[in-house]
Amino acid sequence: MPKLVKLIIDGKSVEVPEGTVIIEAARKVGIEIPNLCYDKHLTAFSGCRMCLVEVEGSKKLVTACSTLVREGMSVKTRTERLIRYRRELLNLILGNHPQDCLTCEKVGNCKLQELCYEYGVKESTYPSLVPNLPLDDANPVMIRDQNKCIKCGKCVRVCREIQVTNAIDFAGRGVESTVTTAFDRPIARDFCRMCGQCITACPVGALTNKQFVGTRPWELKKVRTTCPFCGTGCNFDLNVNIKTGHVVGVTAAEDAPINGTQLCVKGRFHTDLIHSPDRLKHPLIRENGKFREASWDEAIQLTARRLSEIVARHGPNSVAGLSSARCTNEDNFVFQKFMRVALKNNNVDHCART
Amino acid sequence: MTNSVNEILDEDLLFVIGSNTTEAHPVIGIKMKQAVRHGTKLIVIDPRRTELAAMADLWLPLRSGTDIPLINGLMHIIVKEGLQDEAYIRERCEGYEELLKTIEAYTPERVASLTGIPVEKLQEAARLYATTKKAGIFYTLGITEHICGTDNVKSLANLALLTGHVGFPNAGINPLRGQNNVQGACDMAALPTDLPGYKKVANPEHRAFFEELWGCSLSSDKGLMIPEMFDAALDGTLKAMYVMGEDPVMSDPNANHVKKAFEAMEFVVVQEIFMSETARFADVIFPATCYAEKDGTFTASERRVQRVRKAVEPPGEARVDWTIIARIAREMGAKGFDWTSSEEIFEEIRAAMPMYRGMTYERLGTTGLQWPCPTEDHPGTPYLHKDGFSIGKAKMTPIDHVEPAEPVCKDYPTLLITGRRLEHYNVMTRFSPTLDAIVPCEMAEMNPEDARELGLAEGDLARVTSRRGSVVTRVTVTDKVKPGSLFMTLHFKESPTNELTIDAYDPVTLTAEYKIAAVQVEKVKTDYDPSEIDRFVRLTELVEPQE
Repeated sequence: MPKLVKLIIDGKSVEVPEGTVIIEAARKVGIEIPNLCYDKHLTAFSGCRMCLVEVEGSKKLVTACSTLVREGMSVKTRTERLIRYRRELLNLILGNHPQDCLTCEKVGNCKLQELCYEYGVKESTYPSLVPNLPLDDANPVMIRDQNKCIKCGKCVRVCREIQVTNAIDFAGRGVESTVTTAFDRPIARDFCRMCGQCITACPVGALTNKQFVGTRPWELKKVRTTCPFCGTGCNFDLNVNIKTGHVVGVTAAEDAPINGTQLCVKGRFHTDLIHSPDRLKHPLIRENGKFREASWDEAIQLTARRLSEIVARHGPNSVAGLSSARCTNEDNFVFQKFMRVALKNNNVDHCART
Repeated sequence: MTNSVNEILDEDLLFVIGSNTTEAHPVIGIKMKQAVRHGTKLIVIDPRRTELAAMADLWLPLRSGTDIPLINGLMHIIVKEGLQDEAYIRERCEGYEELLKTIEAYTPERVASLTGIPVEKLQEAARLYATTKKAGIFYTLGITEHICGTDNVKSLANLALLTGHVGFPNAGINPLRGQNNVQGACDMAALPTDLPGYKKVANPEHRAFFEELWGCSLSSDKGLMIPEMFDAALDGTLKAMYVMGEDPVMSDPNANHVKKAFEAMEFVVVQEIFMSETARFADVIFPATCYAEKDGTFTASERRVQRVRKAVEPPGEARVDWTIIARIAREMGAKGFDWTSSEEIFEEIRAAMPMYRGMTYERLGTTGLQWPCPTEDHPGTPYLHKDGFSIGKAKMTPIDHVEPAEPVCKDYPTLLITGRRLEHYNVMTRFSPTLDAIVPCEMAEMNPEDARELGLAEGDLARVTSRRGSVVTRVTVTDKVKPGSLFMTLHFKESPTNELTIDAYDPVTLTAEYKIAAVQVEKVKTDYDPSEIDRFVRLTELVEPQE
């Protein structure tokens, strides 16, 4: 067990393991220090400077995202001086950011908007330095709008440290620096796994999940569930549009036990198959070599009658059932019970060994 | 899995064999990459240069189908160098002497010539695995989909036991289960030999428990495994089949044989969410719900039982799978099919299975629980065999090499390896416009050397023919595959790979050798415009073989 360190944050006493950063210690006592480039799963970047705090006995302000706690430390997170600094930082960031919040897909989920609201920053006093870079939206999953990028580098770090693919990185210097791909190519399958973790990481509207375009966050209900593909067992939230009753897309769930916020391209982007027009919607019965729609009663009765007849004529072992590794435990339990109790055989299997 | 997924991050060595983890289990794959980034060593044993192979400390590109000699060879080296865990073997294993006799013959030189892996690399891998305590074995279908799949798995168990790697955190033997609920479907006994919770049909006491629980007598007849069902259909003893949520015509080997079996049966019922290739053979099709439209549970590879929650209404008249089955059962006069919710079924599952007994929907919450979880105050089990094996001593089994069922030859000179691709999952993801836009068609992987010889360039069409069938596919030219081999997936109806694969089975599990088939490849010419092709039209119907 690591040693515990005691410190005071805004007058509140807190005890955390040695090696904890101030921003996490503050969270433990319910204090959220503002930040744009911090993510506890990523290495500290200390680029946005929004998390600067005062530490007693130190003239310099320190970044709460990268400064480790010390025994007896006293930290202030919301002084006049810090509020003034943060306003100026937001003023600078806004000078480089399009003022198109009215039509931005990120509205309601934008960290920059949230902080500007909190600190009362309406607009920038600096002349706009927003570049005029083309959108990268040629791929099926995301829109990259580098004009909205605030250079927090979260996407770069997620791709490097969590997805470990290194599809994107910083290029250029100073105000002209951008997040880009090798040789500035549009996002494509040959170097990007399209996991979409960068989209989750982006605090602003620079990276957008195409499936959510046109839906406002307050129209969505989240339902936690388990991914239906491989056997890893990732959990995520299905986002259901409460107006249409349709799944719009997937968002990651921080507290998912196996995967946390990590998802793959299938888990994140598959949900448009749920409402596919090709779904089967009615029972079908084959008649003269063609399928026709039938009522549930007719299809059920036909099935029960034919199975009973075959068992009566050829014995219980003349019927077999294939259950499904894609269905729930409950479905599988009922299926094998059906074979054993209703059809009186053990001819039940599924693709267990392939 | 004996261990849990997140233990990967703290392992010192990952021993990955027959698993293209970053594509088939992407999130487990990225955890492996994260571990490697922080200094964990990685051994990858795979004939293809997968993403993990490319970043491995040691990549052993063995000749396909030589896993047993390779593992025996590693054990030979370990024993010769005295790196085995004698105390562990004495305390927890049996069959050691017999194992020693068998591996004696697998000298590094012999193994090198069988597998194509140089002696030095074998030695390095053996030493690294034997001397690293926190070392887990990870495998998937590259191990099991062989005629010697069971023996491959037993060989890995031998290796792990010999070096004392089972029963500890950050170690163990970890089969990454291929499907979201294949673990659960097995736990529930959708198996011909088992009753729920791995009780045995053949055991009268086990049957008696369920006869009591369900209030009826149960058959003691041995049930049919999937390939036996198709054979029985063709020899006329199996007359009817009920298929729920599987598409064997696409996913089972030698698809043309499977189709004939379905044609031969009197009555076929398919319960599905889309019109699958198998559904085309049905007499009755029931429209079912997908996971987003129902409540229930899935059991993940790490034995974690997790909730599935209904988010949206099913389309049209589609119904939840178990409600359809239960209604037919009632219609047939069976008793005990009167549940009104999935939770009521789960309560029956708990009553039937001690390993799930401590779980309730409420307890599962958003974190789930790992079995065994016998009581409601039990926290679940992150890793197995901590205090010894439930069967007493673990059995070491001497295993010898078997050659693949269908080696390449003059007429079929190319080795076909099959698997999955990152962007798709079996066949249903084709109905996701987003995923299908990323990868809309099969791209068979071919080595540049072979491509040159056959006059094939990136994106060209090739006809691939085995003794069982012939399909047309686009080709991608890559040195991820060795010269003389071709890699294809099972995702695409336009190029149904399983018409090529061989229905040669492991004698115990009846798992087919999907990983090895002999094929011939030829270039085909066509005048079609790819953008004009309807989805799901077989490419064979659109092309002519080249003169």
